[in-house]
Amino acid sequence: MTIASTTQLICFVVLSATLVLGSLGVVLLPNIVYSAFLLGGVFLSVAGLYLMLNASFVAAAQVLVYVGAVNVLILFAIMLVNKKETLQAIPGLALRRVLSGAVCAGLFALLIRVAFTTPWPLPGPEPVGEDATIRIGEHLFSDYLLPFELASVLLLIAMIGAIVLARRDVISSDIATGDPVDQGLIEKARTPLLLDRTPR
Amino acid sequence: MVTIPALAQVAQVGLDLEGSFELAMRSLGLSPGAAHLLWLPLPMVLVLVAAVVGVLVNVWLERKISAAVQQRIGPEYAGALGVLQPMADGMKLLFKEDVIPARADGLLFTLGPVLVLVPVILSWLVVPFGQNLLISNVGIGIFLWIALSSIQPIGLLMSGYASNNKYSLLGGLRAAAQSISYEIPLALAVLAVVMMSNSLSTVDIVNQQSGAGILSWNIWRQPVGFVIFWICALAECERLPFDLPEAEEELVAGYQTEYSGMKFALFYLGSYINLVLSALLVSVLYLGGWGFPVPVEWLAGWLGQSVDAPLVQLITASVGIVMTVLKAYLLVFFAILLRWTVPRVRIDQLLDLGWKFLLPIALVNLLVTASLKLAFPMAFGG
Repeated sequence: MTIASTTQLICFVVLSATLVLGSLGVVLLPNIVYSAFLLGGVFLSVAGLYLMLNASFVAAAQVLVYVGAVNVLILFAIMLVNKKETLQAIPGLALRRVLSGAVCAGLFALLIRVAFTTPWPLPGPEPVGEDATIRIGEHLFSDYLLPFELASVLLLIAMIGAIVLARRDVISSDIATGDPVDQGLIEKARTPLLLDRTPR
Repeated sequence: MVTIPALAQVAQVGLDLEGSFELAMRSLGLSPGAAHLLWLPLPMVLVLVAAVVGVLVNVWLERKISAAVQQRIGPEYAGALGVLQPMADGMKLLFKEDVIPARADGLLFTLGPVLVLVPVILSWLVVPFGQNLLISNVGIGIFLWIALSSIQPIGLLMSGYASNNKYSLLGGLRAAAQSISYEIPLALAVLAVVMMSNSLSTVDIVNQQSGAGILSWNIWRQPVGFVIFWICALAECERLPFDLPEAEEELVAGYQTEYSGMKFALFYLGSYINLVLSALLVSVLYLGGWGFPVPVEWLAGWLGQSVDAPLVQLITASVGIVMTVLKAYLLVFFAILLRWTVPRVRIDQLLDLGWKFLLPIALVNLLVTASLKLAFPMAFGG
């Protein structure tokens, strides 16, 4: 066994262990902030696995998109609304847990079966190494053009939806009095007329 | 007398430090694998030391230049001209008591500064000081830096949250918002450069600028991109005028409020290493990296020397390192001057600048670069 393959094995074991333990922690920990931070760790170890598969561009993109954007936004949202509150007890919680555990175990068994019955072509294709970035670009603009464009349309829809939800001028009447609100006022910055609840 | 043939071999293959080191080790009776193992940590340790020394110089410069700006003398007793002052600062932080506040979350409180520092140091992987003088010429090069620097806000949020202090939390949230906002124009500015050099690798980016010395540097072809990148890099480093996450007048010290001792030193080190790193990358992306204003090949030609001669190679490499460091510290000088001349922006102005000004300008810059590349493939790397 050479030094390179030993290092690879150690890295693989460590990354897989962090991945499995981290994702269990994300699901099982009661503290949502810990879950969110662990999610970042899980994303990072997935990036490490990509790196071991010679997909360095995908690994960097994983770090940039999932750790740098998605996970930071999740944390941001949690910390903005992090209010200590005792959650109401849900009826039949034990049964729900058993049911969801059973569903997860079934899915796990199914995936294990797929992993063992699929005839994997081993060893895999030659790694393209540094050319991977160019190859990904070529694929995105040729045979994967439609999924690529559909994904961007999906993101656009999500963005417009977020703007519509966050904009305030969808309220057409004053909350306190019920009078119709002059829409011209809303566009003016720093006019706290809309949500002012004080009686006139 | 083993070393002379080894040196001769070095001269033949150019400055291949790794090869010559392994050759020397093997001549001492080590197996090739062991020689390689001995070589592996060397560049990393060297770069780590370079980064820390860079920070010490940076701290000294900051103290001296700020003193000059305010017509003071600055540190002068610790060593000649106060050069040992940063060491004294470091010693003070090293011996300070390491306090974890009683109601803080100890684990996250400790992990936060580490998560801030590690990505910054990892990014030095792709900083080239010469044709072969970098730790790893990875194909994704500059993209690795962008990806790694996006991990940092997690550390900031973590330490802000774990401190159990409202100023810390606000500082952490501000840091994350700022870092997300300025990452996008930064990446778009880098993308324009990458488009011109057809590669993400930092070595290729520098080589693409090395044709005609100072005239072929990217700053002439990407002036808008240069300004965008510099503004965004300052914002990513949380330097004034963009140091909102630690604005003293509003937030005490932001996410650093509860930190002391070595944990605070990690933040301090991280921010200064990040500043040096950003300056180095500006010089790599826009100022020709290790290139001399007049190409060294021309100089060698005028002096009637062959570029491949061992002595010329050695001089070229030294000039390369000096030029990289010189350009970087020139930019650091400007950053320090900016810090002591420009007032801090407000948080809404900061976000307006990032989203409503820099982002559209960066997109336009990218489109213009793309069309110029199609129209003049000679000048814009066809």
